[in-house]
Amino acid sequence: MGSGTSTQHHFAFQNAENAFRAAALIQRWYRRYMARLEMRRHCTWRIFQSIEYAGQQDQVKLHDFFSYLVDHFTPSSNHERDFLNRMFTEERFPQDAEMEKPSDYESIEVPDNYTGPHLSFPLLPDHATALVEAFRLKQQLHARYVLNLLHETRKHLVQLPNINRVSTRYSEEVTVCGDLHGQLDDLIFIFYKNGLPSPERAYVFNGDFVDRGKDSVEILMVLFAFMLVYPKEFHLNRGNHEDYMVNLRYGFTKEVMHKYKTHGKKILKILQDVFCWLPLATLVDEKVLILHGGVSDMTDLELLAKLDRHKIVSTLRRKTRKEKGKPAPKKAGAARPTPWFLPLKKELQRTPRRETSGRKMARSLSYLSMMLMGFNTNGEQTYKVNANLSFCKMKVGNMLVKQYAHIHPPLSNKKFWNLRGSKYKHTGSNISWSLQVVDILWSDPMAQDGCKANTVRGGGCYFGPNVTEQLLQKYNLQFLIRSHECKPEGYEFCHSRKVLTIFSASNYYEVGSNRGAYVKLGPALSPHIVQYQANKATHMLTMRQRISRVEESALRSLREKLFAHSSDLLGEFKKHDTDKTGFISLSDWAEAVESVLRLGLPWRMLRPQLVSSSTDSMLEYKSWLKDLAKEQRSRENIQSSLLETLYRNRSNLETIFRIIDSDHSGFISLDEFRQTWKLFSSHMNIDITDDCICDLARSIDFNKDGHIDINEFLEAFRLVEQSCPEGDASDCPQTTDPEDGDGSKPSTQ
Amino acid sequence: TELVVAEYHRKIKEAFEVFDHEANNTVDVREIGTIIRSLGCCPSEGELHDLIAEVEEEEPTGYIRYEKFLPVMTEVLLERRYRPIPEDTLLRAFEVLDPSKRGFLTREELIKYMTEEGEPFSQEEMEEMLSAAVDPESNSIHYKDYIAMMVVD
Repeated sequence: MGSGTSTQHHFAFQNAENAFRAAALIQRWYRRYMARLEMRRHCTWRIFQSIEYAGQQDQVKLHDFFSYLVDHFTPSSNHERDFLNRMFTEERFPQDAEMEKPSDYESIEVPDNYTGPHLSFPLLPDHATALVEAFRLKQQLHARYVLNLLHETRKHLVQLPNINRVSTRYSEEVTVCGDLHGQLDDLIFIFYKNGLPSPERAYVFNGDFVDRGKDSVEILMVLFAFMLVYPKEFHLNRGNHEDYMVNLRYGFTKEVMHKYKTHGKKILKILQDVFCWLPLATLVDEKVLILHGGVSDMTDLELLAKLDRHKIVSTLRRKTRKEKGKPAPKKAGAARPTPWFLPLKKELQRTPRRETSGRKMARSLSYLSMMLMGFNTNGEQTYKVNANLSFCKMKVGNMLVKQYAHIHPPLSNKKFWNLRGSKYKHTGSNISWSLQVVDILWSDPMAQDGCKANTVRGGGCYFGPNVTEQLLQKYNLQFLIRSHECKPEGYEFCHSRKVLTIFSASNYYEVGSNRGAYVKLGPALSPHIVQYQANKATHMLTMRQRISRVEESALRSLREKLFAHSSDLLGEFKKHDTDKTGFISLSDWAEAVESVLRLGLPWRMLRPQLVSSSTDSMLEYKSWLKDLAKEQRSRENIQSSLLETLYRNRSNLETIFRIIDSDHSGFISLDEFRQTWKLFSSHMNIDITDDCICDLARSIDFNKDGHIDINEFLEAFRLVEQSCPEGDASDCPQTTDPEDGDGSKPSTQ
Repeated sequence: TELVVAEYHRKIKEAFEVFDHEANNTVDVREIGTIIRSLGCCPSEGELHDLIAEVEEEEPTGYIRYEKFLPVMTEVLLERRYRPIPEDTLLRAFEVLDPSKRGFLTREELIKYMTEEGEPFSQEEMEEMLSAAVDPESNSIHYKDYIAMMVVD
């Protein structure tokens, strides 16, 4: 009996102990669950990034493809020669005088039934505010006002220096925003949360206003309007996407032509000019430097301040305008004009110091490797290497060939590209200033010291903490603000907080993928960061749901990419299946996939989401590939290999089409289409007959008038990126469409 | 087992590289827990700290090097240490906290247990768990449903 109380205590103690243990178990389980979610979040991010950068590399490959053509393709007829010329000849630049013509827009009538916003000049603050409101209500600005606004914008920009200066003595606070990429919701949110621009509230928008998102036009209108209204307090820096060549590929050109069918061409033409006049950088209190991409070990702010920024039409062309009044430089003996994608010989000679052997080597090898990686076909690899080796010999001399032969195997190894570095010494006046601009628009920071070629982007460099430090000290600056890279939290410090990346397009990859952010600077110049996510829906979701959504989108893109490489994958799988059982191990699967796609992704981590069925640890690869194909919509009469090829190259194809369609009509002739395809496929080693292509072309020419509507063509093969209508991502049509049998039914959208 | 070890090495390398932001074969020590857990292990916080102590430098730098991590983690996988918790064990744990067998825990009860017992949650962890677990109408956690929902592939 005496043990009664102690039994109670004993039980109590037992219960307490049990509760403690139970709680510990639950916590342990929960922490593991969260960790796995965290890992998946990181993997999803990696997928998006690697696909995005692979896309940028495509652009570089495209340019290299064209230059390869110029050197190797012998047109077999005048017809073909003309076609090539048309593709490769630069457009005539609009003369400056033409640009001043007010008749460009004054003759355009605004109809009485137009319900959109009206603008009158000079603009007043109320006009700009009204514009924001109108766009929020989904109205569209009439072409006449667009052109008028662009003319006024140009007039204003011409007076601005390359490097703008802002002082916190006049505006109490300066707000810096990063990439917007056509996402109007984010801009509206920023103005809502932070306040509209005013003399007390200065703004700096750090480039990449357009492309990818669907409201690039509206963003430009708002930004330009506020710039005209508050010229001393509202500043814009040029980004690498303020570039008509980049716009051809990444959606802005398409958006303009779609929204302004009659006057789109005019608008694009003047925009080309407006972009060139955008300032390159902004300096706050002489202490904080704001520019879009980054810096290099060659960056010279004095030079940047002096150069004629207007001459740099496109940083992709690496060629500048002709001097006004001077004739085009003549190449001895050449009948045709210089292709637009190659630097003028003249320019190269002007900057011998810049083109040190190391850099030349980097560039030429970049040429080569891009071609090699791009034109990858199993079994043909060796042949291609040899063919390109002789090409290399021709172009860059023996020294290079030796170098190349020595390092051929690790050509795809990123570490190989560390060719810059202490070789490059600043000399001064002979540095090519177009390369200065490329550097500040395209570069990215890296963790290691040094400065090396940015092969991922194809332009600019990776700059290390020592480069930053060097620059800050040289010009007595406190820190750098840049954008150019998407960050999960909308911002990121690096280089011991001397470099701040600010990115303002939330949900950039997908709803829920990342936050946007802006940074405020007061007189003390200490950065105050504000984050947001312009989509109410995501706030309601738990982290798990948010991650699943974004993840599903990433996986969809990844599966599409896998499908686009089906033949190569099959070949690779077969190599691992030496006994021809039809099965390979999951480990082999991971190796094979990486060797084909080269995305550097953690495939073993991703495997559970990509491979749904596997008996034990073996995968029946043929049926897996079949399942992938089923997910992609397809037309019944298209060979799977053709479809695969089209998928793989869709961005390039679209870009090529848009280049050919030089008058932006949206139509190219059947003949041009056939020519394009022939040229393109001959270097892709595609086994598709001319007849098949002709049939294809004819089947697309729905109204049989000898012309193909580009958009219809791309749409027919689902090559157009699906853009979600506004609102919930769940509103978007899903890609998976179960088909009966062997894809015998064409799917409808 | 050579093949097994080789495959483990590849898995560990992959997981490690996801967090190797500077591409120099090191990760922040605060990410080690995530890496270990995503490789299939389910250690307690205490076990995790012991493991970190094994892979840390003599003078802790805040970073873990891959060279040190790999052999230790391989051993962990080979020995099948820190096995995940089966669903029924988890269910029983919840039932211990719910002695009257109502089938649910109130919000306050969950908070009390998770923040005062075992290896207590941080406020952030608690909020995150509540956001998914609590049924807003009854303000309680029906743990059987909750467990069923929280399945990660």
